[in-house]
Amino acid sequence: MSAASLAGIDREWRRFTPAQRVARFAVYFVIVAAIVAAAQTIEIIPEFLADAPEQVADLLSRMWPVDWGDYADDVHGALVETLHIASLGTLLALVMAVPVGILAAHNLVRSTPLNLFAKLILVSSRSVNSLVWALLFVGIFGPGALAGTLAIAFRSIGFVGKLVGEALEEAQPGPIEALTATGAPWRSILLYGYWPQVKPAFWSIALFRWDINVRESAVLGLVGAGGIGMALDAALNLFQWPKVALILIAILAIVIVAEVVVTQIRKRMI
Amino acid sequence: MLTLRHLSKSYVPGKPVLQDIDLDIAARGITAVIGPSGTGKSTLIRCINRLVEPTAGEILFDGADLARLSGAALRHARRHIGMVFQEYNLVERLTVMENLLCGRLGYVGAWKAWRRKFPPEDIRRAFELLDVVGLAGFAHRRADALSGGQRQRVGIARAVMQEPKLLLADEPTSSLDPKTSVEIMQLLADVARSRGIPVLINMHAVALGKRFADRIVGMSGGRIVFDGPPANLSDDVLKQIYGGEDWLDE
Amino acid sequence: MSSPIRALPPADDPFPRAWWPRVTMVLVAVYVVYACAQLDVSWERVQTGLANAAHFFGRLFPPNFTRWELLLKGLLESLQIAVLASTLGIALALPLGLLGARNLMPAWVSWPARAIVVVARSLHPVIVAILFVKAVGFGALAGILALTVASVGFIGKLFTEAIEEISLKQVEAVRATGAPFFSVLGYGVLPQVFSRFIGFATYQLDSNLRNSTMVGIVGAGGIGGTLFAAFQRFDYDFVCAILIAIISLIMLGELFATAVRAIFIGNATLADLFRRGAGGRRDRLVEDD
Repeated sequence: MSAASLAGIDREWRRFTPAQRVARFAVYFVIVAAIVAAAQTIEIIPEFLADAPEQVADLLSRMWPVDWGDYADDVHGALVETLHIASLGTLLALVMAVPVGILAAHNLVRSTPLNLFAKLILVSSRSVNSLVWALLFVGIFGPGALAGTLAIAFRSIGFVGKLVGEALEEAQPGPIEALTATGAPWRSILLYGYWPQVKPAFWSIALFRWDINVRESAVLGLVGAGGIGMALDAALNLFQWPKVALILIAILAIVIVAEVVVTQIRKRMI
Repeated sequence: MLTLRHLSKSYVPGKPVLQDIDLDIAARGITAVIGPSGTGKSTLIRCINRLVEPTAGEILFDGADLARLSGAALRHARRHIGMVFQEYNLVERLTVMENLLCGRLGYVGAWKAWRRKFPPEDIRRAFELLDVVGLAGFAHRRADALSGGQRQRVGIARAVMQEPKLLLADEPTSSLDPKTSVEIMQLLADVARSRGIPVLINMHAVALGKRFADRIVGMSGGRIVFDGPPANLSDDVLKQIYGGEDWLDE
Repeated sequence: MSSPIRALPPADDPFPRAWWPRVTMVLVAVYVVYACAQLDVSWERVQTGLANAAHFFGRLFPPNFTRWELLLKGLLESLQIAVLASTLGIALALPLGLLGARNLMPAWVSWPARAIVVVARSLHPVIVAILFVKAVGFGALAGILALTVASVGFIGKLFTEAIEEISLKQVEAVRATGAPFFSVLGYGVLPQVFSRFIGFATYQLDSNLRNSTMVGIVGAGGIGGTLFAAFQRFDYDFVCAILIAIISLIMLGELFATAVRAIFIGNATLADLFRRGAGGRRDRLVEDD
């Protein structure tokens, strides 16, 4: 695997130049330093760790047998509500994210300050967790599914907007040029030139995000934003472990069902 | 019809691609611009409808200086200039009919266009044009299902749908095989002549230019070095334009 | 080649369209109305909420950084959780992902491995955090373990996919030289998957950083706890300060991730990073949260 040698050419086989080595070393150093620093300063009480298997066994024994009976009264309604939160939230996010995605695409909107502003919105939306968004909206709108839906929506704007912006930036410039040459107004250029190119990616993104949102919606109730998380919170507070087990299984089921649905639709789309 | 005065373009300051171009295009006839690669032929064509911004000069068309227009005025002016592209530049996922009607987007409001509510004469004209370019029955095919030659036919039809006063073509046959190239050039010439629309073509193959054009403009080094009928295009002139002898022996 | 020009029959539709997109749109619209009713989302609720929002935002600003030591402590703990969870997660996910690769492992090995990864993925990190809090008590350990599980779920799946997509011919060639198993891995398998691994490892680090700011809400350590407490005390200006700190931390994390990708995938040098800014190469990875 050594490099072919010709007269006058450096015979030393180097995988990376010295400058590249320095960069790679810097990264290794930072990572190792971070791990060491973190491991040393973290506060872990060893007794808790030793206790853990016993606690887990205890927990599992309390959860069994699972309380299936409770499904009809509390859990089912909450599950359906969770689905509504996820779906409405995703739809709302789609509507809000498209303009932001357009602003962020530098081939569409050529003003760098606007691009950066849009990107800032998208980054903030992604950085704030859906639970935190839920907290905020519970503070504004009060507890309930409205807060949850808005939390899902605002969290998803960053995801959808970023991917839509990227899809727009990757659109073929040729047809756009042709439409400009016909004297079409910019709205028509968007609808006739960009939209047909972005459409398949858009629906794929939407489906993907809905799938993730189902998972997210299930826990928003822990802070009071509706859905099955509220039933979970209640059951945890009352130490009703069989009910907790039931709810966890229900959440697992709905997440798996959502993934299957999305995979099937995706197969049909392609 | 179209007058270029002192048109210049430099992508990099100090390195002009177009140098002080003066050109008059009459209201009829086919003009072919030839020259070696990189000599500014494509830039020249694209400056006319402002797809490329000229650095200096005037572009007098239809009573206005295109170089000075912007916004809605520029769009209105562009409606009257149809363009055919080397890579066809169709919207792949739309049907042939929808691509044709893209030529009317400058005339129909965005909301109506989105809902596909084009005026009936536009639709009628579109079907007629499809027949003229030899694609009758292709109206509902998706553009990405067509061959190169078929796509360029759609491209030509789209440009003609604008009811333009001038047709620009940027190397319309460079992506096509020799036989199809001749067919497309024939179609372009027929359509333009029968509707009385002047054509300005940026040509790569000199032979095609000689065969179909009424007038040849030769460019070299960003300037016009020849302007006249194809008959006057002798080997000496070609050598002057393209430099070197070897390629002439094809 | 051209057919005789025909008059356009009145019924000839120039835009025949499939019926199902329209139907779907209508169904979606109906659903929205239905779901809003189910969730008790009415316009008046939104309006009262908006009035509240103005009031609320007034209390958020200006952000109050006076308790910055508490803030910093929480941030550092979140960073620790993210770093350790990522490390542990990657360490566990790599062998697990390898075991789940159907093109390298027999079925009785790959199916259990894949099953573990699927379960790890399906549960939300917060839920896992709650369970760990019960098992190992409040504090950062629960957070680390919970995010480790999440990391295993994400990285395990993507690593398995990457391995399943490699060209076996290259592996075969290395094996044919008589190389031992680990050398086959190192020269045949790993070079093909390395750049994708860097992509999703850095993504998971960012994801863990985001999640580590939140698991504190259920008591698993980090700044989430501080945030939740401030919220419940109606200390909204402190909440704002915390949010700003969280967003900044995550942005820094993303910058670091971009730099790592540039250095390991793009072979950049430190000088390159500063020249290019943090723009860098766009990663093809689709996000998971």
